[in-house]
Amino acid sequence: MTAREQIFGDIRKALKRAVGQPQLFEAPNRSARELPALTLRIPQSDRNLYADLFVRKLGNLGGKSFRVRDTSAVVPAITELLAQKSAVASNSPFLRKCGVTGLAQVQAGFTEREQLTEACAAADIGITSVDYALAATGTFVMLSSPQEARLVSLLPPVHIAIFPRSRILANLDELLSILPRPADQTSSMVLITGPSRTADIEQILVRGVHGPGEVYAVIVEEE
Amino acid sequence: MKAPEKEIQQAISDPRLQLAIYTSTGRFIEGRAGVVSAEALPDYQALRNEANAIKKYTIENLDYYLEQLESNVMAHGGHVVYCRTGQEAADFVLDLAKKRGVHMLVKSKSMTSEEIHFNERLEAHQLEAVETDLGEYILQLAHQRPSHIIAPALHLNRYDVADVFTKELGVEKEVVIEKQTKIARGVLRRKFLEAGIGVSGANFLIADSGAIVVVENEGNARLSTSIPKIHIAIAGIEKVIPRAQDLAVFLNLLGRSATGQPLTVYTSFLSGPRRENEIDGPDEFYLLLLDNGRTKLLADPEKRQSLYCIRCGACLNHCPVYRKIGGHNYPWVYSGPIGAIITPQFHGVNQDTWLPFASSLCGACAEVCPVKIDIPKLLLKLRAEVAEVKRKEDSDSLERLAFQLFAWIATHPRIYLLLASLGSIFFPLVPRVGPLKKWASQRTLPEPAKQSFHQWWKSRVSQPKGGQ
Repeated sequence: MTAREQIFGDIRKALKRAVGQPQLFEAPNRSARELPALTLRIPQSDRNLYADLFVRKLGNLGGKSFRVRDTSAVVPAITELLAQKSAVASNSPFLRKCGVTGLAQVQAGFTEREQLTEACAAADIGITSVDYALAATGTFVMLSSPQEARLVSLLPPVHIAIFPRSRILANLDELLSILPRPADQTSSMVLITGPSRTADIEQILVRGVHGPGEVYAVIVEEE
Repeated sequence: MKAPEKEIQQAISDPRLQLAIYTSTGRFIEGRAGVVSAEALPDYQALRNEANAIKKYTIENLDYYLEQLESNVMAHGGHVVYCRTGQEAADFVLDLAKKRGVHMLVKSKSMTSEEIHFNERLEAHQLEAVETDLGEYILQLAHQRPSHIIAPALHLNRYDVADVFTKELGVEKEVVIEKQTKIARGVLRRKFLEAGIGVSGANFLIADSGAIVVVENEGNARLSTSIPKIHIAIAGIEKVIPRAQDLAVFLNLLGRSATGQPLTVYTSFLSGPRRENEIDGPDEFYLLLLDNGRTKLLADPEKRQSLYCIRCGACLNHCPVYRKIGGHNYPWVYSGPIGAIITPQFHGVNQDTWLPFASSLCGACAEVCPVKIDIPKLLLKLRAEVAEVKRKEDSDSLERLAFQLFAWIATHPRIYLLLASLGSIFFPLVPRVGPLKKWASQRTLPEPAKQSFHQWWKSRVSQPKGGQ
């Protein structure tokens, strides 16, 4: 008997399934109550306030936000952060639109894993866009794709995320209402809520243990 | 086995350990309270009810959801491996490592892997498994096991860590926590970049997506699942939930209950290896679904709720027993109230018979459990089972005899009254030795009343009722 057969056999015995019932892939146990209906809790507040809330929530976690009027104001906003530093940018078209990929100290356009990993491991700063942001928790939502690799927001000690204000959603529930099954689109969706942290020694908070210890959001009001 | 009384006494009388446990759990208690209050989360109780209902339904239909999960993992190019035991899980990993020529793997924190002594099993075959969560890494270097589900090194302070690092990494003595963290980051960063396999646990398995969800704060789970070419996730079969959208319930409860965070820093939702056009991520994905005794917990309709646990650790933090004796005095990796109910079910109630009794039944655990496991009720149920086993074994015949004697005395009023009046005279003279001494070491012996109830009642009814 394979492990699979035995485990399923044991489960079905413990759940007192009649022999052969339900057939594999049959609908769930009808005698039990129905699968509880979902309640997604999406606040019906003014969308214009989401950016304020996002900035406050990220700030509470030790992240910092810049709000700029349009794409042309992005580069001036991050110039100071980039001074004397090396950076890797993702392939997001929005970063190109903002002029970030054209900067001298910014490497971009990686399509090969090995080169990307090496560059990210050496860089001071990783620059990405985001697919969504969540106001209630100050969260970046990033789906892995040819535009956004996983490691740009992970290996460098500083992460800058640049995105239009329109990407900000209310909360996790709204995200899941828009993306009911994220796996249909990507192998990896990550929610990033503030800088990497640990409190494993004496419950003392330390930022930047494995992921970026500094996190910045640049929110562009008009695309 | 009996309770490790000597070790427990040691723990209770170790001021350093007491302070460490008390402060850490205290911070967790405080953190949680701030984010589940009616003001911070008005729907908290509704969320708990929903979480409980979803878990109940899924566990009652576990075969269905496991199959759905399996077919969806495969649809995304992943593999599902069923493992009856920890040995089967380790054998699979060893075999795969051999085939791919891998000599070192990185691991993010996983209680399931602790449960099956995963690292030891691999290292017995010269496959190095490096823990990458800071707390777990310290413990691995110190050759200790976790003492808390989510804060594994809670029992160590910065000076202990300094000693461990000096001894095991050969670095200069460093007692500043930020710098200790940097040391670990540096060592582990190289390991991440060199490792051929990354192993993670899973907080949730999503049936409708064929995905796993991993929550963490440090980023080590992201690194473990993103850099190495092979990602292996190990999870108990009970971790499955039906829909990705159910995360709206569970993620809103898990971080809050665990550390007081509305969301942990990183929540990774992973399905299969990297897709064709994605730049990074693993080339191979394996989901190891572990039984290791879980199907035994399914049979009892009441006790199977133990499988709802999402390992937040809130019951540990709020337990007056855990907070005194610490995690290492529990016989298994799962400590605290949840450990006290699942350990006997995994290992058999005839083992560690003291465990269900290591509780004051104060109910704090049930009150804070985000999935509403009725831990006190299960403790009582397990106590009854232990008593039944003991009765059958007839090992405690002296106790039985004593109770039979008492039953006889109590049903013979004259003899009862005689003994009671003698007792009130002679009891204070009984020497405090043997079992009585032991009992009295933690409690104050009650003094017999000057007047027995019978005497009091007689004097009352003989008095006239008037005058009030």
